[in-house]
Amino acid sequence: MKHLISAADLTRDEALLILDTAEELAAVSERSIKKLPTLRGRTVVNLFFEDSTRTRISFEAAAKRLSADVINFSVKGSSVSKGESLKDTALTLEAMGADAVVIRHSASGAPHRLAGWVRGSVVNAGDGTHEHPTQALLDAFSMRRRMGRLEGLKVAVVGDVLHSRVARSNVLLLHALGAEVTLVAPPTLLPVAVENWPCQVSYDLDAVLPKSDVVMMLRVQLERMNAAYFPSAREYSRRYGLDRDRFRKLHEDAIVMHPGPMNRGMEISAEVADSPRSTIVEQVANGVTVRMAVLYLLLGGAIGRDIK
Amino acid sequence: MIIRNARILGGEPVDLRVENGLIAEIGPGLGGQTVFDADGLVALPGLVDLHTHLREPGREDAETVETGTQAAARGGYTAVHAMANTSPVADTAGVVEQVWRLGQEYGHCDVQPVGAVTSGLDGRQLAELGAMADSAARVRVFSDDGRCVSDAVLMRRALEYVKAFDGVIAQHAQEPRLTEGAQLNEGEVSGRLGLAGWPAVAEEAIIARDCLLAAHVGSRLHVCHVSTAGSVEIIRWAKSKGWDVTAEVTPHHLLLTDTCAERSPVGPYNPIYKVNPPLRTAEDVRALREALADGTIDCVATDHAPHPVEDKEAEWAAAAMGMIGLETALSVVQEAMVETGLLDWAGVADRMSGRPARIGRLAGHGQPLEVGSVANITLYDPAVRAEVDPGSFASKSRNTPYEGMTLPGRVVATFLRGRPTVLEGKLQ
Repeated sequence: MKHLISAADLTRDEALLILDTAEELAAVSERSIKKLPTLRGRTVVNLFFEDSTRTRISFEAAAKRLSADVINFSVKGSSVSKGESLKDTALTLEAMGADAVVIRHSASGAPHRLAGWVRGSVVNAGDGTHEHPTQALLDAFSMRRRMGRLEGLKVAVVGDVLHSRVARSNVLLLHALGAEVTLVAPPTLLPVAVENWPCQVSYDLDAVLPKSDVVMMLRVQLERMNAAYFPSAREYSRRYGLDRDRFRKLHEDAIVMHPGPMNRGMEISAEVADSPRSTIVEQVANGVTVRMAVLYLLLGGAIGRDIK
Repeated sequence: MIIRNARILGGEPVDLRVENGLIAEIGPGLGGQTVFDADGLVALPGLVDLHTHLREPGREDAETVETGTQAAARGGYTAVHAMANTSPVADTAGVVEQVWRLGQEYGHCDVQPVGAVTSGLDGRQLAELGAMADSAARVRVFSDDGRCVSDAVLMRRALEYVKAFDGVIAQHAQEPRLTEGAQLNEGEVSGRLGLAGWPAVAEEAIIARDCLLAAHVGSRLHVCHVSTAGSVEIIRWAKSKGWDVTAEVTPHHLLLTDTCAERSPVGPYNPIYKVNPPLRTAEDVRALREALADGTIDCVATDHAPHPVEDKEAEWAAAAMGMIGLETALSVVQEAMVETGLLDWAGVADRMSGRPARIGRLAGHGQPLEVGSVANITLYDPAVRAEVDPGSFASKSRNTPYEGMTLPGRVVATFLRGRPTVLEGKLQ
């Protein structure tokens, strides 16, 4: 595995290897000294064309716990506007000797293009409306920890699937790992030909909830309302929001997830977000662990050798 | 000059005597001083492109009239229609005459300027269509290509107005609201890749409306770069009504599909495949080929759209739309239409020379290869197969989707009014 650009790049075994490695690394995070020497002398560049402090910090913490040198490279504004092109940025990083480039970009496919211009490993930290594979890995990791398994797990992914990189990566990864995904959204927020994806599709959240082990709520951006994807925030919330009443329809072991940042009161009510069955805070912690595992495996760490 | 042993439209070898820019004699064993040996070559009437972007004036970094017409000659073309979306826009008699004169000066092929429908392509006010028609450039085809004349009233008026000088409106059919930010044919591939969808209905809705408008006012409509099976159905229906509607298809829409954006030799998301209208599905390709074969689609037009390297070496959404096509068009048509048995060489001549010349009302082009015709002749070797090498192109740009692909055929010689513009594949 050279790059991690799409969840589709991962075989079932590779995905499980990442999750198992993350389990081992999680133990390190519980030590008083949280640092491993594994990536000493290696350089990881966080190349962020979109503001995402959460994801950047998560990757930064992951790289630093493995003793890598971290360079944060933020490019304000989109590269579509005038300025340095993605290619020139790539050549600059190449000249600086980046061993891995973690890229977040507003354009779908930007990590694929980058991978053609640099020698180091490319990790997709979210590209446009395409994918966010480390988010899917940390979601799977969080599910496995809470539920004890992934095989046969029934996962509902609810919200703006059309524009969601989280949804795309989760469908691919969870399918590979044997979970059964149901996408739930108003028809306007589902991609054309979604019926060919390896998952179920429903417009009716109330019908799906009682059958779900995991409910993953996606962030809904208010600007979608202005583009007529749905009539109003209130109507969206009424039909697709996870409030207290809907929460009661879940069976008692079911968990609630959200990739963050949340719109409390829109797709998820505060009560649900803060309930013990919500994994939202754990997801953040698990994010660091899973990203450590990804960097560790991509940059050639051998499992078991220096963890123990 | 004698062209020896040419197979006219793929027929039995004969000799052609070319004199004073005309075909003077056709027959076996003609004698003469200068002889071009065309053994094994198919002779076609010089190709005519209804849709070429020469980029001059304004984007001489991408292409010029000189390099664009050199590319045309190498591709077997003797006439190209130069699209109006230059800078300044070809919306006045002055600009169209300038482009026309440049074509005359370089002499690689005839350049027939297309006039803009609206001033500055702004979609608000008609350009001075009559002045362009009356100019030395004798403009007959008008198009805002690159943009759609989406205002129904303006489209109606344009269709009506050009009747006075037998003009035609060549519509770039793209409903603007349905395609805001659109990147790739809306379907399975765009959904997976997370690229904003470009729905077929955005093209089809405009074509349906325009056919009805053309019928209502009794005008001529030409539909640019038809790309969907649904568009074919609508055009077939309009023609069945006897309405004066014609249509073109590009070589790339006859060969490539939207899956190129996902899987290709140059990797996923490579914007070399980004084009307007977008590459569609295999089903659309099949419908377009059938429509070209049965005449529903009248002609092949390249939509040759040169872009400098930096405009394509970018992330998909930031890259420019378009691909070059003049130097590969005939090979792609052979691959998609001839090798598949859908068209013979007479059909190719009709779709790439005869009909486009008639739609453009272009005198002296698209004539059959017979005694008395203007000697615009393309000699083509259909037997070779070679890898496409953009390094050999005359075009200033390299944005071809066929790099490294093996395609059949080679243009060996092109004659413009009896004068060779290309011999043995080399510009004269």
